[in-house]
Amino acid sequence: MGVYEMLQIIVPSAIFFAAPLIFTALGGVFSERSGVVNIGLEGLMVIGAFTSVVFNLTFADRFGEWTPWLALVAAMVVGAIFSLLHAVASITFRADQVVSGVAINFLAIGLSLFLVKKMYGKGQTDQIQIGFDKIDVPILSHIPIIGPLFFSNGYIPSYIAIALAFVVWYILFKTPFGLRLRAVGEHPMAADTMGINVARMRYIAVMISGALGGVGGAVYATIISRDFSHATISGHGFMALAAMIFGKWHPLGAMGAALFFGLAQSLSIVGQTIPFLKNVPTVYLLIAPYVLTILALAGFIGRADAPKALGTPYVKGKR
Amino acid sequence: MNSSRFTNFIIPVFAVLLGVLAGSIVMIVSGYNPIAGYSALLYGAFGDSYYVGETIRQTTPYILAGLAVAFAFRTGLFNIGVEGQLIVGWLAAVWVGVSFDLPKVIHLPLAILAAAAAGALWALIPGFLKARFKVHEVIITIMMNYIALHVTNAIIRSVLSNQGFKSAKIHDSASLQSEFLQSITDYSTLHYGIIIALIGAVMMWFLLEKTTKGYELRAVGFNQHASQYAGMNVPRNIILAMVISGAFAGVAGAMEGLGTFGNISVKAGFTGIGFDGIAVALIGSNNAFGIILSALLFGALKVGALEMPSSADVPTELVDIVIALIIFFVASSYLIRLLLSRFKKEGK
Repeated sequence: MGVYEMLQIIVPSAIFFAAPLIFTALGGVFSERSGVVNIGLEGLMVIGAFTSVVFNLTFADRFGEWTPWLALVAAMVVGAIFSLLHAVASITFRADQVVSGVAINFLAIGLSLFLVKKMYGKGQTDQIQIGFDKIDVPILSHIPIIGPLFFSNGYIPSYIAIALAFVVWYILFKTPFGLRLRAVGEHPMAADTMGINVARMRYIAVMISGALGGVGGAVYATIISRDFSHATISGHGFMALAAMIFGKWHPLGAMGAALFFGLAQSLSIVGQTIPFLKNVPTVYLLIAPYVLTILALAGFIGRADAPKALGTPYVKGKR
Repeated sequence: MNSSRFTNFIIPVFAVLLGVLAGSIVMIVSGYNPIAGYSALLYGAFGDSYYVGETIRQTTPYILAGLAVAFAFRTGLFNIGVEGQLIVGWLAAVWVGVSFDLPKVIHLPLAILAAAAAGALWALIPGFLKARFKVHEVIITIMMNYIALHVTNAIIRSVLSNQGFKSAKIHDSASLQSEFLQSITDYSTLHYGIIIALIGAVMMWFLLEKTTKGYELRAVGFNQHASQYAGMNVPRNIILAMVISGAFAGVAGAMEGLGTFGNISVKAGFTGIGFDGIAVALIGSNNAFGIILSALLFGALKVGALEMPSSADVPTELVDIVIALIIFFVASSYLIRLLLSRFKKEGK
């Protein structure tokens, strides 16, 4: 098997697994850049996956081909609303943000399984019938070598995810809104003095992270698992969190890390068909994202510095 | 009773009541009968001796997981990695349990110590990284959870079995199972682990409140700079705190491995005990004896929930919702404090 054939197996499946991670990690970038720790990404993905699958099963007959897209929008809205809980607890009530995130994760899985049992009378939904179509990106897919690898036979949400990373980069680093959001996360008191409403910025940031986490979960459920049960989202939110940190709280870094983690995930599944990976125990590939994140945080792979005010509630007038 | 101790007591009680109340609202909204639901839960937790046995059995690892989280909290650390430390502790206990043939007086303590050591080792890494590189322990411990899960599964498959899904049963000499406790509780899975858990609680209380070392650990948690100025070795205390916390978590895993299950199987996901331990510690106000009570509460909720689908038609997940809401309310204690201070002012 030549190198090119191997890449043809590995690259598309890495992008396939990375898409939900990219969306969720970008959500994490928003929240944490504004100074709010979001351990709840996992729960937000759960809610997104649940919403999209239920929407898909309920409205597939009415909306036909449009169903998965509308399901994505529904997951986005529900994710944003659900993240309000985290926002209220950690911004208004000054809760420990990690604890509140843990509660989000508990609540998401409890509530969605409760509703699944209520609605379907069993612990697992049926398989969805309408998913996303695979497409070849116009023009780009005709580029020799790169075209077939990266731009052919992929799902549209994957390409949206990658494009979104650049959009988020633009928003965070090139617009006044992004500057304010980052200021609130680095030095909220200075930002407050300059007339920025700290609480409002943080609410917006957390809700964006909820929306994107919801989309991430929805993309995972629609493309990869195609149903919803207790094990649909198992650790993908935490992997997205890891990607965000490995990417040093930068949208493009987060995307790169998510792609890399997607690669590790896909290798642990398709690795058996690749000659030189056949003998590598899958456990190394499974733990690779986490080990690398630890190494990155410890400073062995460049220094990863969190936003300065991360994790501290802002109390007006307190120094 | 001074006022801070009073609020430490009243906030968890308030949070539990609010959580239970919210749970009944969820039941009403989704068309279930909350009275039937909660009475099924109560019956399923304490209704007869079998259920009592199951509840105490479930309480056992909760106490130890709660102690692990609380010990870290008290020393200024947040150990979300209890779940991973518990899994490696479980693995180590079973590993010792199947691979040696020793008299019980040596074998059982050895298996428990191995679990404690494994949990401690797993917590040593985040502790060291925090002390040496000032890396926040929350993220590292989360990552260590997943590493523990995958590594443990790989070891079960390749070392403890021949590419199977579970290990062999541990030898009787390492087992915590007790025919006596089973027979008085109508053959539940109750085992001697509860005694170890209670000893653990006393040990934590003694260590933190009655020894110089405990004072030092708490001091470093309160204020690193002041402790350093007072001549304490801050990095060493941080590492020690994490290691002790991890040891408690490891022993919690031993309760599952040596008591409840007697073996270890490949896990698709986490046990959840470690994460529930966060809730146990919070409701127990990070106090050793508070934790025993809150572990009993969560044990009862979890075991009682199993009775809810059959007698009240309510899905067991209702309890997860209630637990999540309780955590929210404790975390938002600022809200409860605010309400309390309002009431006090009006009272005057």
